[in-house]
Amino acid sequence: MKISVVKNILEANDRIAQENRAIFDESNLLVINLMSSPGAGKTSLLEKTIDALKNDFQIGVIEGDIQSSQDAERIARKEIPVVQINTGGACHLDGNMIRDTFKEFVFDDLDLLVVENVGNLVCPAEFKVGEDFKAMILSVPEGEDKPAKYPLMFHESKVLLINKIDLAPYLDCSVEDMKKEALKVNPHLTIFEVSCKTGEGLDSWYAWLKDAVNNRKSA
Amino acid sequence: MHEMSIAQSLIDIIKEEMTRHDATVLRSVRLNIGQLSAIVPQSLSFCFEVITSGTELEGAKLIMEVIPLEGMCRECKQAFGIEDYAFECPYCGSPDIETTAGQDLSIVDMEVD
Ligand SMILES: Nc1nc2c(ncn2[C@@H]2O[C@H](COP(=O)(O)OP(=O)(O)OP(=O)(O)O)[C@@H](O)[C@H]2O)c(=O)[nH]1
Ligand SMILES: [Mg+2]
Ligand SMILES: [Zn+2]
Ligand SMILES: [Zn+2]
Repeated sequence: MKISVVKNILEANDRIAQENRAIFDESNLLVINLMSSPGAGKTSLLEKTIDALKNDFQIGVIEGDIQSSQDAERIARKEIPVVQINTGGACHLDGNMIRDTFKEFVFDDLDLLVVENVGNLVCPAEFKVGEDFKAMILSVPEGEDKPAKYPLMFHESKVLLINKIDLAPYLDCSVEDMKKEALKVNPHLTIFEVSCKTGEGLDSWYAWLKDAVNNRKSA
Repeated sequence: MHEMSIAQSLIDIIKEEMTRHDATVLRSVRLNIGQLSAIVPQSLSFCFEVITSGTELEGAKLIMEVIPLEGMCRECKQAFGIEDYAFECPYCGSPDIETTAGQDLSIVDMEVD
């Protein structure tokens, strides 16, 4: 007997993500799913962003890693609420893992929640966690061919931060080409060129993020 | 390897559908794998085999078809295949396109007894 199904395989996760989203909505909380390959600078960007904006609003962080709590410890030094998820092998976060951290936060006290996904350029983009939008980092040493090789994440992200531009002079990689390649896969990307080491370019990211949080609050 | 979690979700849906239709044997499942989804069909097959081995689903066949990316331009209304992941209209150059196929990961149907 043939059964016609026509169902999205990720439907169960999508449903949980939607439920998470409804909970975030009650607190008018802006939630960002931050993704990149390992070491592109997600935690560094968070540290900088927290330093710059923690007087303007309350930030919470969920750290996703396969193992270790080093990233959560780095964030905890900033004295903001942070929870570490260890996926124990899974290469991405999903809606359920995020849900399990809810008891650790008081969402009404927060304005911005950033979920630092597991370092991986492939599958985190496939699993929603309940975010308002996805933001990703591509660091200059990774090369300009990455958007074409890993199109899904670029296609699903709203924001691209090109990080480590301080290294560009030492590499055969042009930031302009990186931008061009990324915009091919997603012409709607908002792109920031930054260095978390020198601080270059971060001011426009902070300003953009501030607006996003304020818009969310008044929505 | 996210094919493992995808195989698990797939099996959850299969079991649910089988219960609903009072089926006990799974012969095959047909999947559409969008070109944009980061799935390697061989890995998914492998994970599916690993999870189902020794269960009542053992031996079922996964039939996978990769669905190429297609778009429709909201400006000039042309339909086209999206080549090389370039998400813009090849006719008028507009970035305002709708992706009409190749994004999803879905079960189409299954053959059961
Ligand atoms: N030169 C340079 N180094 C940077 C920059 N940003 C981050 N780094 C360095 O890159 C390394 C990795 O940075 P992290 O912030 O830990 O990267 P991550 O993406 O959080 O890494 P995972 O969580 O392990 O995936 C660290 O040694 C940082 O100091 C930058 O703009 N320029
Ligand atoms: Mg990190
Ligand atoms: Zn994964
Ligand atoms: Zn057109």
